[in-house]
Amino acid sequence: MQIDLRTVTIKPIRQTFTHIADRIGPGKSASRYQEATLNVQADANFHYRPTWDQDHEIFDASRSALVMADWYSFKDPRQYYYATYTIARARMQETAEADFDFIERRGLADTFNGAAARKALDVLVPLRHVAWGSNMNNSSICAYGYGTAFTAPCIFQAMDQLGIAQYLTRVGLLFGDAGTLDEAKQAWLSDAAWQELRRYVEDTLVVQDPVELFVAQNLVLDGLLYPLVYEKFDAALTAEAGPTVSMLLRFQADWFAETSRWVDATIKTAAAESAANAELLNRWVGAWRDRAAKALGPVMEMALGAEAPAALADVVTAFDARAAKCGLAI
Amino acid sequence: MSTVFIAFQTNETSRGIVEAIEEDNPAAVVNEQPAMVKVDAPGSMTIRRSTIEEKLGRRFDLQEMHVHLITLSGHIDESDDEFNLSWKQ
Repeated sequence: MQIDLRTVTIKPIRQTFTHIADRIGPGKSASRYQEATLNVQADANFHYRPTWDQDHEIFDASRSALVMADWYSFKDPRQYYYATYTIARARMQETAEADFDFIERRGLADTFNGAAARKALDVLVPLRHVAWGSNMNNSSICAYGYGTAFTAPCIFQAMDQLGIAQYLTRVGLLFGDAGTLDEAKQAWLSDAAWQELRRYVEDTLVVQDPVELFVAQNLVLDGLLYPLVYEKFDAALTAEAGPTVSMLLRFQADWFAETSRWVDATIKTAAAESAANAELLNRWVGAWRDRAAKALGPVMEMALGAEAPAALADVVTAFDARAAKCGLAI
Repeated sequence: MSTVFIAFQTNETSRGIVEAIEEDNPAAVVNEQPAMVKVDAPGSMTIRRSTIEEKLGRRFDLQEMHVHLITLSGHIDESDDEFNLSWKQ
Protein backbone atom coordinates (compact mmCIF):
# COMPACT_ATOMS: atom_id res chain seq x y z
CA MET A 1 0.00 0.00 0.00
CA GLN A 2 1.23 3.45 -0.77
CA ILE A 3 0.35 6.56 1.13
CA ASP A 4 0.63 9.90 -0.61
CA LEU A 5 1.15 12.90 1.58
CA ARG A 6 -0.24 16.09 0.26
CA THR A 7 -1.05 19.50 1.60
CA VAL A 8 -4.62 20.68 1.50
CA THR A 9 -5.15 24.40 1.76
CA ILE A 10 -8.28 25.31 3.62
CA LYS A 11 -9.29 28.84 2.83
CA PRO A 12 -11.13 30.37 5.78
CA ILE A 13 -14.58 31.70 4.92
CA ARG A 14 -14.11 34.74 7.14
CA GLN A 15 -10.95 36.60 8.03
CA THR A 16 -12.37 38.37 11.06
CA PHE A 17 -15.55 39.12 13.03
CA THR A 18 -18.50 40.51 11.12
CA HIS A 19 -18.60 43.76 13.10
CA ILE A 20 -14.93 44.36 12.20
CA ALA A 21 -15.44 43.38 8.56
CA ASP A 22 -18.28 45.94 8.43
CA ARG A 23 -15.62 48.59 8.84
CA ILE A 24 -12.48 47.35 7.13
CA GLY A 25 -14.20 45.51 4.29
CA PRO A 26 -14.78 41.80 3.74
CA GLY A 27 -11.92 39.39 3.03
CA LYS A 28 -9.32 41.43 4.88
CA SER A 29 -7.61 40.24 8.00
CA ALA A 30 -7.75 42.65 10.92
CA SER A 31 -4.96 43.62 13.27
CA ARG A 32 -5.34 42.87 16.99
CA TYR A 33 -5.72 46.60 17.62
CA GLN A 34 -8.63 46.77 15.18
CA GLU A 35 -10.27 43.69 16.67
CA ALA A 36 -10.00 45.11 20.18
CA THR A 37 -11.28 48.53 19.17
CA LEU A 38 -13.63 48.81 16.19
CA ASN A 39 -17.36 48.68 16.95
CA VAL A 40 -16.73 47.45 20.47
CA GLN A 41 -18.79 50.22 22.08
CA ALA A 42 -22.08 48.80 23.37
CA ASP A 43 -24.92 50.76 21.80
CA ALA A 44 -28.04 48.61 21.64
CA ASN A 45 -30.61 46.82 23.80
CA PHE A 46 -30.55 49.24 26.70
CA HIS A 47 -34.25 49.37 27.51
CA TYR A 48 -34.16 52.14 30.05
CA ARG A 49 -32.33 55.38 30.47
CA PRO A 50 -30.16 55.56 33.58
CA THR A 51 -32.06 56.85 36.61
CA TRP A 52 -29.16 59.21 37.39
CA ASP A 53 -29.31 60.92 34.00
CA GLN A 54 -32.69 60.83 32.30
CA ASP A 55 -31.60 63.03 29.41
CA HIS A 56 -29.10 60.56 28.04
CA GLU A 57 -28.74 56.92 27.16
CA ILE A 58 -26.20 54.99 29.26
CA PHE A 59 -23.64 55.38 26.48
CA ASP A 60 -24.47 58.56 24.67
CA ALA A 61 -22.35 60.55 22.25
CA SER A 62 -24.42 63.67 22.95
CA ARG A 63 -22.80 64.00 26.40
CA SER A 64 -20.15 65.96 24.51
CA ALA A 65 -20.75 69.14 22.57
CA LEU A 66 -18.26 67.83 20.04
CA VAL A 67 -20.07 66.20 17.12
CA MET A 68 -18.50 63.32 15.25
CA ALA A 69 -20.17 61.51 12.37
CA ASP A 70 -18.18 58.47 13.39
CA TRP A 71 -16.47 58.16 16.77
CA TYR A 72 -14.31 55.41 15.34
CA SER A 73 -12.47 57.86 13.10
CA PHE A 74 -10.18 58.37 16.10
CA LYS A 75 -7.12 56.21 15.87
CA ASP A 76 -4.41 55.62 18.43
CA PRO A 77 -1.12 55.88 16.52
CA ARG A 78 0.46 53.64 19.18
CA GLN A 79 -2.20 50.99 18.41
CA TYR A 80 -2.62 50.16 22.08
CA TYR A 81 -4.93 47.44 23.25
CA TYR A 82 -4.42 45.47 26.43
CA ALA A 83 -1.45 43.36 25.30
CA THR A 84 0.57 46.04 23.48
CA TYR A 85 -0.11 48.53 26.27
CA THR A 86 1.01 46.25 29.08
CA ILE A 87 4.10 45.10 27.18
CA ALA A 88 5.14 48.69 26.45
CA ARG A 89 4.61 49.78 30.07
CA ALA A 90 6.33 46.71 31.51
CA ARG A 91 9.41 47.67 29.52
CA MET A 92 9.33 51.26 30.77
CA GLN A 93 8.76 50.08 34.30
CA GLU A 94 11.74 47.75 34.16
CA THR A 95 13.94 50.70 33.22
CA ALA A 96 12.46 52.87 35.96
CA GLU A 97 12.91 50.15 38.59
CA ALA A 98 16.53 49.72 37.54
CA ASP A 99 17.03 53.48 37.93
CA PHE A 100 15.57 53.52 41.44
CA ASP A 101 17.61 50.46 42.30
CA PHE A 102 20.80 52.15 41.07
CA ILE A 103 20.20 55.27 43.16
CA GLU A 104 19.28 53.26 46.25
CA ARG A 105 22.14 50.81 46.06
CA ARG A 106 24.76 53.53 45.70
CA GLY A 107 23.15 55.74 48.33
CA LEU A 108 23.05 58.64 45.87
CA ALA A 109 19.99 60.16 47.50
CA ASP A 110 21.87 60.68 50.78
CA THR A 111 24.79 62.45 49.14
CA PHE A 112 22.56 64.67 46.99
CA ASN A 113 22.87 68.41 47.64
CA GLY A 114 20.56 69.19 50.59
CA ALA A 115 19.06 72.43 49.28
CA ALA A 116 18.42 70.92 45.84
CA ALA A 117 16.84 67.84 47.44
CA ARG A 118 14.52 70.08 49.48
CA LYS A 119 13.48 71.94 46.34
CA ALA A 120 12.91 68.69 44.43
CA LEU A 121 10.67 67.43 47.24
CA ASP A 122 8.76 70.72 47.43
CA VAL A 123 8.02 70.71 43.72
CA LEU A 124 7.64 67.04 42.87
CA VAL A 125 5.83 65.41 45.76
CA PRO A 126 2.64 67.54 45.69
CA LEU A 127 2.39 66.70 41.98
CA ARG A 128 1.22 63.23 43.00
CA HIS A 129 -2.13 64.86 43.76
CA VAL A 130 -2.21 66.34 40.24
CA ALA A 131 -1.51 62.88 38.81
CA TRP A 132 -4.30 61.43 40.91
CA GLY A 133 -6.64 64.12 39.56
CA SER A 134 -5.70 63.06 36.06
CA ASN A 135 -6.41 59.45 36.99
CA MET A 136 -9.93 60.47 38.06
CA ASN A 137 -10.43 62.64 34.98
CA ASN A 138 -9.34 60.02 32.48
CA SER A 139 -11.51 57.41 34.20
CA SER A 140 -14.38 59.86 33.82
CA ILE A 141 -13.67 60.40 30.10
CA CYS A 142 -13.62 56.65 29.64
CA ALA A 143 -16.90 56.23 31.54
CA TYR A 144 -18.88 59.01 29.88
CA GLY A 145 -17.19 59.30 26.49
CA TYR A 146 -18.39 57.45 23.45
CA GLY A 147 -16.64 55.00 21.12
CA THR A 148 -13.91 52.58 22.15
CA ALA A 149 -11.35 54.23 19.85
CA PHE A 150 -11.68 57.39 21.96
CA THR A 151 -12.31 55.95 25.42
CA ALA A 152 -10.02 52.89 25.68
CA PRO A 153 -6.73 54.85 25.54
CA CYS A 154 -8.12 57.09 28.30
CA ILE A 155 -8.26 54.24 30.79
CA PHE A 156 -4.67 53.40 29.88
CA GLN A 157 -3.86 57.06 30.51
CA ALA A 158 -5.64 56.83 33.87
CA MET A 159 -3.52 53.83 34.90
CA ASP A 160 -0.36 55.60 33.74
CA GLN A 161 -1.14 58.59 35.92
CA LEU A 162 -1.60 56.31 38.91
CA GLY A 163 1.84 54.89 38.15
CA ILE A 164 3.29 58.40 37.89
CA ALA A 165 1.78 59.29 41.27
CA GLN A 166 3.49 56.21 42.71
CA TYR A 167 6.85 57.12 41.22
CA LEU A 168 6.56 60.64 42.64
CA THR A 169 5.70 59.13 46.01
CA ARG A 170 8.80 56.95 45.83
CA VAL A 171 10.96 59.98 45.05
CA GLY A 172 9.48 61.54 48.21
CA LEU A 173 10.28 58.45 50.28
CA LEU A 174 13.78 58.13 48.84
CA PHE A 175 14.83 61.71 49.56
CA GLY A 176 12.65 62.13 52.65
CA ASP A 177 10.50 59.87 54.80
CA ALA A 178 6.81 59.10 55.37
CA GLY A 179 6.40 62.55 56.93
CA THR A 180 7.47 64.13 53.63
CA LEU A 181 4.26 62.89 52.03
CA ASP A 182 2.12 64.46 54.77
CA GLU A 183 3.99 67.75 54.45
CA ALA A 184 3.46 67.69 50.68
CA LYS A 185 -0.24 67.07 51.19
CA GLN A 186 -0.41 70.02 53.60
CA ALA A 187 1.40 72.18 51.03
CA TRP A 188 -1.06 71.04 48.36
CA LEU A 189 -4.00 71.90 50.61
CA SER A 190 -2.88 75.19 52.09
CA ASP A 191 0.36 76.52 50.59
CA ALA A 192 -0.41 79.61 48.48
CA ALA A 193 1.81 78.46 45.59
CA TRP A 194 -0.33 75.37 44.96
CA GLN A 195 -3.82 76.80 45.34
CA GLU A 196 -4.37 77.94 41.74
CA LEU A 197 -3.23 74.57 40.42
CA ARG A 198 -5.40 72.78 42.99
CA ARG A 199 -8.38 74.87 41.88
CA TYR A 200 -7.66 73.90 38.25
CA VAL A 201 -7.49 70.20 39.13
CA GLU A 202 -10.60 70.30 41.30
CA ASP A 203 -12.55 72.26 38.70
CA THR A 204 -11.70 69.70 36.03
CA LEU A 205 -13.00 66.94 38.33
CA VAL A 206 -16.53 68.25 37.76
CA VAL A 207 -16.35 68.98 34.01
CA GLN A 208 -19.24 67.04 32.49
CA ASP A 209 -18.29 67.10 28.82
CA PRO A 210 -15.84 64.23 28.21
CA VAL A 211 -14.10 65.89 25.28
CA GLU A 212 -13.74 69.20 27.09
CA LEU A 213 -12.25 67.25 29.99
CA PHE A 214 -9.88 65.54 27.56
CA VAL A 215 -8.75 68.96 26.33
CA ALA A 216 -8.40 70.47 29.82
CA GLN A 217 -6.49 67.49 31.22
CA ASN A 218 -4.57 65.63 28.54
CA LEU A 219 -3.88 68.40 26.06
CA VAL A 220 -3.61 71.57 28.12
CA LEU A 221 -2.61 70.73 31.71
CA ASP A 222 -0.27 67.86 30.83
CA GLY A 223 0.92 69.79 27.77
CA LEU A 224 2.17 72.66 29.96
CA LEU A 225 3.00 70.86 33.21
CA TYR A 226 5.21 68.12 31.77
CA PRO A 227 7.54 70.32 29.70
CA LEU A 228 7.83 72.73 32.65
CA VAL A 229 8.55 70.16 35.33
CA TYR A 230 10.23 67.33 33.44
CA GLU A 231 12.26 69.47 31.04
CA LYS A 232 12.80 72.93 32.53
CA PHE A 233 12.84 72.09 36.23
CA ASP A 234 14.66 68.82 35.60
CA ALA A 235 17.36 70.66 33.63
CA ALA A 236 17.72 73.36 36.31
CA LEU A 237 18.04 70.75 39.06
CA THR A 238 20.59 68.76 37.08
CA ALA A 239 22.65 71.88 36.46
CA GLU A 240 22.54 72.71 40.15
CA ALA A 241 23.20 69.34 41.76
CA GLY A 242 23.72 66.60 39.21
CA PRO A 243 21.42 64.12 37.44
CA THR A 244 20.30 61.95 40.37
CA VAL A 245 16.71 63.20 40.46
CA SER A 246 16.59 63.38 36.68
CA MET A 247 17.14 59.62 36.50
CA LEU A 248 14.12 59.07 38.69
CA LEU A 249 11.93 61.18 36.41
CA ARG A 250 12.74 59.29 33.24
CA PHE A 251 9.41 57.43 33.18
CA GLN A 252 7.42 60.67 33.14
CA ALA A 253 9.58 62.25 30.43
CA ASP A 254 9.38 59.20 28.14
CA TRP A 255 5.71 58.76 28.88
CA PHE A 256 4.84 62.34 27.97
CA ALA A 257 6.64 62.09 24.62
CA GLU A 258 4.76 58.88 23.85
CA THR A 259 1.26 59.88 24.94
CA SER A 260 1.50 63.28 23.21
CA ARG A 261 1.40 61.45 19.89
CA TRP A 262 -1.96 59.98 20.79
CA VAL A 263 -3.36 63.24 22.22
CA ASP A 264 -2.28 65.13 19.10
CA ALA A 265 -3.79 62.54 16.76
CA THR A 266 -7.09 62.67 18.67
CA ILE A 267 -7.30 66.48 18.62
CA LYS A 268 -6.29 66.57 14.97
CA THR A 269 -9.05 64.15 13.99
CA ALA A 270 -11.67 66.03 16.01
CA ALA A 271 -10.66 69.44 14.63
CA ALA A 272 -10.56 68.20 11.03
CA GLU A 273 -14.11 66.79 11.29
CA SER A 274 -15.92 70.13 10.94
CA ALA A 275 -15.52 73.89 11.34
CA ALA A 276 -17.89 73.80 14.32
CA ASN A 277 -15.67 71.25 16.07
CA ALA A 278 -12.55 73.28 15.39
CA GLU A 279 -14.27 76.38 16.73
CA LEU A 280 -15.34 74.54 19.89
CA LEU A 281 -11.87 73.09 20.47
CA ASN A 282 -10.27 76.49 19.93
CA ARG A 283 -12.50 77.98 22.59
CA TRP A 284 -11.83 75.18 25.08
CA VAL A 285 -8.08 75.12 24.48
CA GLY A 286 -7.80 78.91 24.69
CA ALA A 287 -9.74 79.18 27.95
CA TRP A 288 -8.06 76.24 29.71
CA ARG A 289 -4.60 77.21 28.49
CA ASP A 290 -4.85 80.65 30.08
CA ARG A 291 -6.07 79.15 33.33
CA ALA A 292 -3.35 76.47 33.35
CA ALA A 293 -0.58 78.97 32.59
CA LYS A 294 -1.83 81.14 35.47
CA ALA A 295 -2.07 78.15 37.81
CA LEU A 296 1.44 76.94 37.00
CA GLY A 297 3.00 80.38 37.47
CA PRO A 298 3.44 80.26 41.29
CA VAL A 299 4.60 76.62 41.20
CA MET A 300 7.26 77.47 38.64
CA GLU A 301 8.25 80.51 40.69
CA MET A 302 9.05 78.09 43.51
CA ALA A 303 10.85 75.71 41.15
CA LEU A 304 12.85 78.04 38.94
CA GLY A 305 12.92 81.35 40.79
CA ALA A 306 13.72 84.31 38.56
CA GLU A 307 13.77 82.21 35.41
CA ALA A 308 10.16 81.11 35.85
CA PRO A 309 8.40 83.71 33.64
CA ALA A 310 10.77 83.09 30.72
CA ALA A 311 10.40 79.31 31.03
CA LEU A 312 6.62 79.59 31.20
CA ALA A 313 6.48 81.88 28.15
CA ASP A 314 8.74 79.44 26.33
CA VAL A 315 6.55 76.46 27.08
CA VAL A 316 3.32 78.31 26.21
CA THR A 317 4.80 79.31 22.83
CA ALA A 318 5.79 75.69 22.17
CA PHE A 319 2.30 74.60 23.22
CA ASP A 320 0.66 77.05 20.79
CA ALA A 321 2.85 75.71 18.00
CA ARG A 322 1.81 72.16 18.93
CA ALA A 323 -1.87 73.16 18.92
CA ALA A 324 -1.45 74.84 15.52
CA LYS A 325 0.02 71.59 14.19
CA CYS A 326 -3.14 69.80 15.34
CA GLY A 327 -5.21 72.21 13.22
CA LEU A 328 -6.25 74.60 16.00
CA ALA A 329 -6.06 78.38 15.88
CA ILE A 330 -6.25 79.74 19.41
CA MET B 1 11.33 42.19 -16.37
CA SER B 2 12.15 39.67 -13.68
CA THR B 3 10.25 39.43 -10.49
CA VAL B 4 11.68 39.91 -7.02
CA PHE B 5 9.90 38.45 -4.02
CA ILE B 6 10.02 38.27 -0.26
CA ALA B 7 8.16 35.92 2.06
CA PHE B 8 7.34 36.27 5.76
CA GLN B 9 5.76 34.13 8.42
CA THR B 10 2.19 35.25 9.02
CA ASN B 11 2.05 37.17 12.29
CA GLU B 12 1.16 40.57 13.76
CA THR B 13 4.45 42.20 12.86
CA SER B 14 4.66 40.87 9.32
CA ARG B 15 1.12 42.13 8.72
CA GLY B 16 2.40 45.67 9.21
CA ILE B 17 5.46 45.01 7.06
CA VAL B 18 3.34 43.64 4.22
CA GLU B 19 0.91 46.56 4.45
CA ALA B 20 3.87 48.91 4.20
CA ILE B 21 5.24 47.08 1.17
CA GLU B 22 1.84 47.24 -0.53
CA GLU B 23 1.66 50.98 0.08
CA ASP B 24 5.18 51.74 -1.13
CA ASN B 25 5.07 49.38 -4.11
CA PRO B 26 1.76 49.69 -5.95
CA ALA B 27 2.78 46.95 -8.40
CA ALA B 28 3.40 44.39 -5.65
CA VAL B 29 1.16 41.33 -5.53
CA VAL B 30 0.43 39.77 -2.15
CA ASN B 31 0.01 36.05 -2.05
CA GLU B 32 -1.35 34.75 1.26
CA GLN B 33 -0.57 31.13 2.00
CA PRO B 34 -1.07 29.07 5.12
CA ALA B 35 1.29 30.52 7.75
CA MET B 36 3.20 32.40 5.07
CA VAL B 37 2.69 35.54 3.06
CA LYS B 38 4.69 36.08 -0.11
CA VAL B 39 4.96 39.39 -1.92
CA ASP B 40 5.99 39.51 -5.58
CA ALA B 41 6.97 42.68 -7.37
CA PRO B 42 8.13 43.21 -10.94
CA GLY B 43 11.70 44.53 -11.19
CA SER B 44 12.27 45.91 -7.73
CA MET B 45 10.81 46.33 -4.29
CA THR B 46 11.42 48.95 -1.62
CA ILE B 47 10.72 48.38 2.07
CA ARG B 48 10.75 51.58 4.10
CA ARG B 49 11.25 51.77 7.84
CA SER B 50 9.11 54.92 8.15
CA THR B 51 6.08 53.27 6.53
CA ILE B 52 6.40 50.17 8.69
CA GLU B 53 6.64 52.32 11.83
CA GLU B 54 3.46 54.11 10.82
CA LYS B 55 1.66 50.78 10.27
CA LEU B 56 2.87 49.21 13.51
CA GLY B 57 2.56 52.33 15.64
CA ARG B 58 5.99 51.86 17.17
CA ARG B 59 9.65 52.16 16.41
CA PHE B 60 11.03 49.52 14.11
CA ASP B 61 14.56 48.46 13.34
CA LEU B 62 14.75 47.04 9.81
CA GLN B 63 16.95 44.22 11.12
CA GLU B 64 13.92 43.08 13.13
CA MET B 65 12.39 42.09 9.80
CA HIS B 66 14.79 39.14 9.56
CA VAL B 67 13.13 37.45 12.52
CA HIS B 68 9.98 37.04 10.43
CA LEU B 69 11.66 36.50 7.07
CA ILE B 70 11.37 33.11 5.36
CA THR B 71 12.98 33.73 2.00
CA LEU B 72 13.60 36.32 -0.66
CA SER B 73 15.00 36.69 -4.15
CA GLY B 74 16.87 39.61 -5.71
CA HIS B 75 19.95 41.62 -4.94
CA ILE B 76 19.80 43.35 -1.61
CA ASP B 77 20.72 46.94 -0.96
CA GLU B 78 19.98 47.94 2.60
CA SER B 79 20.44 50.95 4.85
CA ASP B 80 18.98 51.91 8.22
CA ASP B 81 15.94 53.40 6.50
CA GLU B 82 15.37 51.27 3.42
CA PHE B 83 15.65 47.70 2.27
CA ASN B 84 15.75 47.37 -1.52
CA LEU B 85 15.37 44.26 -3.63
CA SER B 86 16.16 44.38 -7.33
CA TRP B 87 17.87 42.53 -10.16
CA LYS B 88 21.03 44.39 -11.06
CA GLN B 89 22.42 44.09 -14.60
